[in-house]
Amino acid sequence: MEDYRSLTVDQIRSGLEQKKFSAAELAQEALRLGREANEACGAFLHFSPERAAAAAKRVDASLAAGEPLGPLAGVPIAVKDVIMTEGLRNTCGSKILEEFTAPYSATAIKQIEEAGAVIIGKTNCDEFAMGSSNENSAFYPVRNPAAPDRVPGGSSGGSAAAVAGGFTPISLGSDTGGSIRQPASFCGVVGVLPTYGRVSRYGLVAFASSLDHIGPFSRTVKDSAQVMNVIAGRDPMDSTSAEAAVDDYVGALDGNVKGMKIGVPKEYFEGGLNDQVAARVEAGLETLRKLGCETVEVSMPHTEYAVAAYYLICTAEASANLARYDGVRYSRRSEESETLGDMYRNSRHEGFGKEVTRRIILGTYVLSSGYYDAYYRKAQKTRTLITKDFRDAFEKVDALVTPVCPTPAFKLGEKTADPLEMYLSDIYTITASLAGVAGISVPCGKTSEGLPVGMQILTGHFEEAKMLKLADAFEKAGGFSA
Amino acid sequence: MKITEKEVRYIADLANLNLSDEEVRDYQANLEEILGYVEKLKELDTRGVEPMSHVLFEGSETSTLRVDEPKASFSADQALVNAPLAGAGHFKVPLVIER
Repeated sequence: MEDYRSLTVDQIRSGLEQKKFSAAELAQEALRLGREANEACGAFLHFSPERAAAAAKRVDASLAAGEPLGPLAGVPIAVKDVIMTEGLRNTCGSKILEEFTAPYSATAIKQIEEAGAVIIGKTNCDEFAMGSSNENSAFYPVRNPAAPDRVPGGSSGGSAAAVAGGFTPISLGSDTGGSIRQPASFCGVVGVLPTYGRVSRYGLVAFASSLDHIGPFSRTVKDSAQVMNVIAGRDPMDSTSAEAAVDDYVGALDGNVKGMKIGVPKEYFEGGLNDQVAARVEAGLETLRKLGCETVEVSMPHTEYAVAAYYLICTAEASANLARYDGVRYSRRSEESETLGDMYRNSRHEGFGKEVTRRIILGTYVLSSGYYDAYYRKAQKTRTLITKDFRDAFEKVDALVTPVCPTPAFKLGEKTADPLEMYLSDIYTITASLAGVAGISVPCGKTSEGLPVGMQILTGHFEEAKMLKLADAFEKAGGFSA
Repeated sequence: MKITEKEVRYIADLANLNLSDEEVRDYQANLEEILGYVEKLKELDTRGVEPMSHVLFEGSETSTLRVDEPKASFSADQALVNAPLAGAGHFKVPLVIER
């Protein structure tokens, strides 16, 4: 199957209908490519050949019986190992859940499987989705398919690499402060952050509940729109999922972006922004102007406070969410403990890695008596101001365009010694996370060294249709589809 | 921002984490650096600003709560599948109370 690595959802569908290949053959090819590359790339933590074969068989049987095919029929998909899939291990990249098997499937998993998707494996990630380079995986790092000495970004590094490496046309990741958009940018693929509440979080292992999202990676904007059509919507199992009407995201991609007003927030182009990244995003803005969009400078004055507010809020929530790993119910237990208290402490110490421990300590500190108002409360008020920046901007413009990350993919080991430096690299993605708006990273070219650069498009709450339409028009005009 | 080793041990205790002496020193340094950085929030005047704990804070608080009626849930066997130690339909833990 020589063209497998470039197949889109539409091409898979027509190929199946024209009997060019079967869903079983596609699944085998995905598994073969993923497995062959895994020692070098590390994108997958484990594969699911039996589940893939069963799913592919259902699609091939439907096809043979002349039954209608689901919108993702036969499409091989890789899933970040924080999104539970019944019967498959779900490690969250952590030793503490190394032996954990998901007892039920996330709503998003049920939806994509009902749509005919074929899950071929679970992808590597930073432990409990905490990190920006995938180097916090307890198992092994992921190497960027575009440059093997570089990180793929994080925390959904494995899901980004699975698509960039051509193992699967689509993957699912999770984004709390940029964990889909930043690795998409580093690996040169499309990555979508849906509006908070747009996609059910049921079955996504919680890191910071007010900030966690599930979203897709793909090679083309249209393929992400296909996934959004399947996973968007209200879910009674997630009380934070929204009632808002769901658009037809594929139907929205009509290329008609003439007259759209694009805001360019000046705060995102100052300070530590790498020259080549700036140049690629500026070129992207020029492409949008050629498409008939109008670009205007806007100001988001609270941007510089976002990293501080984000790392107080996400660690506070994480310290509460990760209290459940106690060595009793579903996690690794330390063997050398005489009392219950010792067992908790030893199990958590042995099971959690450095970054997770660091965040639990920071989060516990900011919630502890005497510090709550000064840190956590202050951060929540700052979040209100950052959200207001977005609301003000979206009164004037249809969308915002910014860089995704101040730099292209960095080298493995380059930033591991300094946690704060790693946190600061999230500056352009965490603002949207705090405000809960929709975002996408779409490829906008490469640096002189050949490293991919992504451009971020942000729109208001539940405006994914407009965002995807703009990204799709940009992709077609720029020809940057991988 | 000055954080003492004693404070790190106190916080680790609250979070049920054992730390080695070396880890205490490492996290103390990290905590000082990060809390030093977040001091910049103090520059912001947030008087009269409502704290935001959730994104979609508009609308009534209970609009997404379902009707309170019993629904099927996990059986005890299902809930125990991932237990490191289980027996007789329960999670087993080290001794809590002397017999």
